[in-house]
Amino acid sequence: MDIAVLIKYVPDSTAKISISGGRVDESSVSKWSISPFDEYALEAALAMKESAGANVTAITCGPARSEKALRDAAAVGADALVHVSVDDLTALDSTKIQSLLSAAIQKVGASVIFCGKQAADTNAGSTGPGVAEIIGAACVTGVTEISSDGDGFSAIRASSGGAERVSVGSPCVLAFDKTASELRRPNVKGIMMAKKKAIDAFDAGSLGVEAGGSTAQVISQNPPAEKAPGQMFDGAGSVPDVVQKLRNEAKVL
Amino acid sequence: MEITIIAETNDNGIHPITAQMVAAATSLGASPTILCPGGVGSEEAASIDGVGAVVGVEGDCFSSFDGGAWASALNSAVSGGSVFTAANPNGREVASRIAASRGVPVIQDVTGVSSGLTVTRPIYSGKAMEEVTVSGDCVLSIRPNAFAASGSGGSASVSTVNHSSDVAVTVIEAIAKASERLDVSEADIVISGGRGMGNIDNWTQLEAVADQIGAAVGASRAVVDEWGLSHSIQVGQTGKVVTPTLYIAVGISGAIQHLAGMRSSKYIVAINKDADAPIFGVADYGIVANWEDALPALKDAFSSL
Repeated sequence: MDIAVLIKYVPDSTAKISISGGRVDESSVSKWSISPFDEYALEAALAMKESAGANVTAITCGPARSEKALRDAAAVGADALVHVSVDDLTALDSTKIQSLLSAAIQKVGASVIFCGKQAADTNAGSTGPGVAEIIGAACVTGVTEISSDGDGFSAIRASSGGAERVSVGSPCVLAFDKTASELRRPNVKGIMMAKKKAIDAFDAGSLGVEAGGSTAQVISQNPPAEKAPGQMFDGAGSVPDVVQKLRNEAKVL
Repeated sequence: MEITIIAETNDNGIHPITAQMVAAATSLGASPTILCPGGVGSEEAASIDGVGAVVGVEGDCFSSFDGGAWASALNSAVSGGSVFTAANPNGREVASRIAASRGVPVIQDVTGVSSGLTVTRPIYSGKAMEEVTVSGDCVLSIRPNAFAASGSGGSASVSTVNHSSDVAVTVIEAIAKASERLDVSEADIVISGGRGMGNIDNWTQLEAVADQIGAAVGASRAVVDEWGLSHSIQVGQTGKVVTPTLYIAVGISGAIQHLAGMRSSKYIVAINKDADAPIFGVADYGIVANWEDALPALKDAFSSL
């Protein structure tokens, strides 16, 4: 089985996001990481490799720094690495990014795609189902558990009623939520091997995708609206006052 | 502007987000068409002010959720223009599919729209906001509680079409009964606890207060991980982003990832014994107190309302 794992390199969830000139100031980001839900997708792929046998290819789309995400994925066991080079992801709308990723998946020849349910920067969750639509695959989002089921997979996903087990055949995209799996950490040998691993690099031209002409354009990124300082109270004795204010001032009770 | 809205429905009919999507559409001068998946709630949808027409889309595929089948069947009933869905997991999946199928961009979790078309949405879990202009058609998922709902007094025409599609994701079994409690991302009031509450044995006290006011119970990542609580109640960047009318944080210091998940709540009450806790920076009402004293006081105050 060939599994492609889509990973995105994003500011770490602990990083402060500052704005400069109407854009998030990427140069001030102190730490970058593989987006958390993508890490669970990668972990699930590596566990599948161990239990059912699989060739795991990590694919990322982004600027040069994103190669680090691929090295990190190789260090924990990804077999092959693909970098789709895009200098500024915010310049491309969803149709373009999904087309690039779909083309890269087709180059790799994978019919099973794992990814996170949403990236930690855009929080959108468009990529998994969008790629599925383009490559003609089924898609399950919010996956918390997965097992191989002969030709396909048995997955547990969140549902309005709690959770449900679903069955899906290949080709498919599985978009992961946080799972119960402990994420594996790289060892020294893994890190050394990852440094030497070849990265297959593509860009829009070599993938045959027209990257221009996005019809959605980011015009500005701004800090959230400042909130007026709140009222502070001391001690549990003030609780009745606050509850009265919630009723009479905020009118929410 | 031509807009088609995919209605959000539940067992009881139309979900309130549907009338909020109508408000977003009418603010752009549209007289939107509402599609009701499976034909659920068509009459109720027709009574929302400003709706142009309602189409019940009936088909076998709507008996369980497969985003690919739903998007394909619903897309067959979209005549053109832009499409709105609710920014919940299923709505986002259908939005992505319809957009990819039509070759137009999708923008998720929209909190503001203005003619042009310019849309606003949070990024980095609300640590920043982004403005995007769109030329041509697009698909937008609309964040719950971001728009004031349209009223009900309309009487749009209702019709029915049959469109189904092959189902590729089959539901085998429901494996967890829905919690009796409200979903944190749906509730009007959320009361969340964190590590400051000491240990899991104290959790029932938080739940008791929540039950008293019909609130959902949320938790910080720390206690979900350490006390083995369900990830479905985790509020924060790697949990759920919530936008209730009232958010009460008990014993939560306010790590940046937690703030990202709840700072868009309309009113925030923070209870923490550390006056310097970052949670107070986003609170409308901050109470410096131990949870042991504050929770019983809350309980008394709520019961005397």
